Amino acid sequence: MAVEKMSIAKALNESLRKALETDPKVLIMGEDVGKLGGVFRITDGLQKDFGEDRVIDTPLAESGIVGTAIGLALRGYRPVVEIQFDGFVFPAYDQIVTQLAKMHARSLGKIKLPVVVRIPYGGGIGAVEHHSESPEALFAHVAGLKVVSPSNASDAYWMMQQAVQSDDPIIFFEPKRRYWDKGELDTESIPGPLHKAAVARAGSDLTLVAYGPMVKVCLEAAAAAQEEGKSVEVLDLRSMSPIDFDAVQTSVEKTGRLVVVHEAPVFYGSGAEIAARITERCFYHLEAPVLRVGGYHAPYPPARLEDEYLPGLDRVLDAVDRSLAY
Amino acid sequence: MTVESTAARKPRRSSKRTSAKTPAKTPEGSGPQLVQLLTPEGERVEHPDFEIDLSAEELRGLYRDMVLTRRFDAEATALQRQGELGLWASLLGQEAAQIGSGRALRDDDYVFPTYREHGVAWCRGVDPTNLLGMFRGVNHGGWDPNTNNFHLYTIVIGSQTLHATGYAMGVAKDGADSAVIAYFGDGASSQGDVAEAFTFSAVYNAPVVFFCQNNQWAISEPTEKQTRVPLYQRAQGFGFPGIRVDGNDVLACLAVTRSALERARRGEGPTLVEAFTYRMGAHTTSDDPTKYRADEERAAWEAKDPILRLRTYLEKQELADAAFFTALEEESEALGKRVREAVRAMPEPDRLAIFDHAYADGNPLVDEERAQFAAYQASFAEEGN
Repeated sequence: MAVEKMSIAKALNESLRKALETDPKVLIMGEDVGKLGGVFRITDGLQKDFGEDRVIDTPLAESGIVGTAIGLALRGYRPVVEIQFDGFVFPAYDQIVTQLAKMHARSLGKIKLPVVVRIPYGGGIGAVEHHSESPEALFAHVAGLKVVSPSNASDAYWMMQQAVQSDDPIIFFEPKRRYWDKGELDTESIPGPLHKAAVARAGSDLTLVAYGPMVKVCLEAAAAAQEEGKSVEVLDLRSMSPIDFDAVQTSVEKTGRLVVVHEAPVFYGSGAEIAARITERCFYHLEAPVLRVGGYHAPYPPARLEDEYLPGLDRVLDAVDRSLAY
Repeated sequence: MTVESTAARKPRRSSKRTSAKTPAKTPEGSGPQLVQLLTPEGERVEHPDFEIDLSAEELRGLYRDMVLTRRFDAEATALQRQGELGLWASLLGQEAAQIGSGRALRDDDYVFPTYREHGVAWCRGVDPTNLLGMFRGVNHGGWDPNTNNFHLYTIVIGSQTLHATGYAMGVAKDGADSAVIAYFGDGASSQGDVAEAFTFSAVYNAPVVFFCQNNQWAISEPTEKQTRVPLYQRAQGFGFPGIRVDGNDVLACLAVTRSALERARRGEGPTLVEAFTYRMGAHTTSDDPTKYRADEERAAWEAKDPILRLRTYLEKQELADAAFFTALEEESEALGKRVREAVRAMPEPDRLAIFDHAYADGNPLVDEERAQFAAYQASFAEEGN
């Protein structure tokens, strides 16, 4: 067994390295991904080992990065592109939404676009404006895209492998504030499919659903609740499109209570979709309305206020208490 | 920042300075910078950089392509008026630009069109009836792009210039010696994607030809609303050559495009070709050109008609006889009839096609919604409706 303890950043780096080794058609593209290894060093050392033809430093033009990746995919390549930060994806949003997402359907299945768009996302690192956003719902809303986010090193490694191998375009949100969190990675034991949710902690009184950076907060909340005698289950969604509603349903039928937690604004967020679908599926099992905890309907605040904006342990526990009070 | 505001803050140096509010006059499509091999009067002229030597049969072939493309286009316009098509984007007047550039391509070259490249599609061997599916509303493009190396029509303007650039980067990586051509219009030249495609193609020395059909109007916006310099000159700032060609001269379009493609194949990178032409019809059947341009303008361009000038040349040089023109007329009518019948015979798409091909690797949400939709549809059958 090849089990190692490593950070999410290192796991992503190892995964991209393996993808480049396995398939000569895999390319890495983005701003600063070459010599620098990316501003978060996720592609560190890859250009040195695979050359400038495989790990491509691009002009500073996000639409160009995604648009040329589409062209390369049409020629038979499998580009993995990096958008440097969440808030910088919007110049590429047109190419992603009007072209990348739709070309397979538009061609009646003749065209496959195996493009992975990597986006370091979310707050909690004290960054300046446009460096801390969680725009996942904007992509999940678009048919043709798949949207995923790992919360731990093992998922980071394996989900990237699966994303690169997928013939669908994948928006791969990397929880940047968790890049340096370490976890165990077994590089031989292949986990379940990309869109399957995972029970991160079993419990019987209430279900917390989260993904990416919020899984850790929810696990801490569940541990704190345990001290008060409350058994909280934590479900790591892993995929925001499609969503593994079967897994959420199974958990809610067991616990009767659901709280969805994400960093993105609550309004029109993924929590709304989960609440609506689970209410439909589990109406007679629910002991309380589905509650949501997330960001506010306000621009992401300056760094000194982000702890107020982001759901922390206390806000999650407050929602747990409110749900259990019904 | 607008040009006006920049100029307004400059100190007045001279009372003779030109008013900042008057846009620079767009240079006319004439003079030494316009490559022309066949004048509007049908006279062959030489250009020092672009020679072409075609056989009589090849010349008749170009004429045939243009006539049949115009006939197809006229039929499609009529079908829209008859309610058979929801919309049509006519290429009337742009036949030379499309046939000339299209016939410059090799089979292994790859084309990224907009939604008006019916003549290029013709040159690639795409059955013209396949082009009508999206305008009838039965599909988003009825051909396999890889069969003819002709990508699907792209409606968001300029997007495909980046796809062409990426594809060309892949061609270079593969060590292949084919080339890629991206079509776009004068309006698309204002799009950021086109500028980014220029940047990427220059930086990576991609074997791509950018073929801009400057047809003078982007719906109701004239070229002066897109640019203050002639479009072909844009290329210089990106580090590759730009050439303006008489877009109504099929010989010049063929020669210039062939030269640009050869340059790409030699590994010398991109070229911008500006085909200076004119859209004689509306942007699409939805707009009304009489609201935004003068009748005299169209009349002036009709005198430069790409098909008439080649016909004049063929007749003067006795390269085609009356039998040729009669046979072509019959072929043209037969094409119109075939197109008309094919459109009316197009089957309605299957209802469940909504869900087909949303994803290549499947998606449980799509499966769930498909099942719900199918059950809903089936419920009507059960009720006997």
